Amino acid sequence: MSELFDVTQWRPAPFLPERESRDAALIFVVAVLCFLACLTAMGVIAADRAARGWTGQLTGEATVIVRPRGGETPDAAAARGAEALAGVVGVTEARALEPAKAYDLIRPWLGDVSDLSDLPVPRLVAVSLDPKRPATAAALRQGLKAQDVDATVDDHSVWIKDIRRAGGVVRWLGTGVFALIATAAAAVIAFATRAGLAARRDVVEVLHLAGAEDGYIARLFQVRFARLAGIAGLIGAAGAGLVGAILRLMGGGEGLTPALPIAWSDILAALPCPLFAAAVAAMAAQVTAIRLIRDMR
Amino acid sequence: MPADEVVRFDDVSMRYGRGPDVLRDLDFSLAPGSFHFVTGPSGAGKSTLLKLIYLAAAPTKGMVHLFGHDTAMIDSQTRPKLRRRIGVVFQDLMLLEHLSTFDNAAVPLRIGGHRPSEYRADVAELLSWVGLGERMHAMPATLAGGEKQRLAIARAVVNRPEILLADEPTGNVDHEMALRIFRLFVELNRLGTTVVIATHDQDLVARSGKPVLHLEHGRLERRTTPGATAQP
Repeated sequence: MSELFDVTQWRPAPFLPERESRDAALIFVVAVLCFLACLTAMGVIAADRAARGWTGQLTGEATVIVRPRGGETPDAAAARGAEALAGVVGVTEARALEPAKAYDLIRPWLGDVSDLSDLPVPRLVAVSLDPKRPATAAALRQGLKAQDVDATVDDHSVWIKDIRRAGGVVRWLGTGVFALIATAAAAVIAFATRAGLAARRDVVEVLHLAGAEDGYIARLFQVRFARLAGIAGLIGAAGAGLVGAILRLMGGGEGLTPALPIAWSDILAALPCPLFAAAVAAMAAQVTAIRLIRDMR
Repeated sequence: MPADEVVRFDDVSMRYGRGPDVLRDLDFSLAPGSFHFVTGPSGAGKSTLLKLIYLAAAPTKGMVHLFGHDTAMIDSQTRPKLRRRIGVVFQDLMLLEHLSTFDNAAVPLRIGGHRPSEYRADVAELLSWVGLGERMHAMPATLAGGEKQRLAIARAVVNRPEILLADEPTGNVDHEMALRIFRLFVELNRLGTTVVIATHDQDLVARSGKPVLHLEHGRLERRTTPGATAQP
């Protein structure tokens, strides 16, 4: 017996070679896809949080434009409006804004005019709403009407609707891109499984003729590709996490733009990536291998 | 199918694709524990006949019965189980190049679900017996032709199959090793294994005194038994 071979120490070698020349290319492609998927997931989470934040701010406030009645000064009308609004249920604070604030709001349209006091600029009342039970626009109008205040209520509902719609679009778009990337990853794995089976037809045939079941052979490929995809997922997730961390460090809480306020917790979105990639690969390899093995019979 | 038959061919013909018939109208049966040679010139259909038995091909006409099963009706669960009862020495050997000699020989036992501790010693003993005791760690690419052939034989017999099919098993070995391999087959046969060997080695056939199925152009030309006159 060979001196180099100790039978008692022998352990069965894997039926499929542990390393193939194609592995590096496959890991690279899947890692890139995982990287993009993680960035997409992080982007969707950040955009969703931004949309929620803006919506929250807008739903917590309302602006009321008050017009003076005959003989009444604008300041007096604004003060009366604020008083009327403060008594409405669901309002935590109603404050008449100084004229300068109103001038500041219209200045971008009129330019740097030295004296705006001659213009009939309406006075504004800023209303803070109870976040738990905010007053509706109708309730605010009712409160103003009861005190005979001539006013227009802007509860920002137009903006809120737009922001919610934009948030929804971003969410769906992100989910769509994520699904597309996952599908692409599955297709790559299926293609690699096909190539792997073709390259290892000898193994499949020998195992088949030795009495291995289809499922047993398919599992060999399933485990192999799940492991490769898991490694690729880890690399992709680490890359995306690194990019997320850099964005957070560079831009602080707001990330690179206020539309993508990256938080440290967003980076956690990359954590399930290796498992997800392995699961997708396992499914793709299983389905492809079983189909091909049956064709080989 | 009678209990005294492990294989039966009923009016079996076989062709690949749209090609001509490789086997034509074969009718024969093999009793359990029998030992047969299949002879005939190249292209006579010897390998195809073995393929039909080890379920790597299906007849285009007629019925092949294996262990009492009509092979055309075998379901996907039964097929692997039947294959585990058959050992095959392929003409092209079909060794797995990335596995060592020891790993190649152990393939059927692993597929059968045995634990390494149950068969390590048996595999080592068998490899030593076929003269590969010093080559257990070697990869097939480094083995000589005869060594590869012996490894393929070891793999085919390692799990004590009920039927052993060998396609030119002594093609690349010297006379002494051919006799040694033949003695291994006889020993397995004595233990109850049905042996079918396709060969060109007329000397081996003549010395063996075993029954012969002789094929010509896919037809079973004659079936001879020791001490009997050739039958058409």
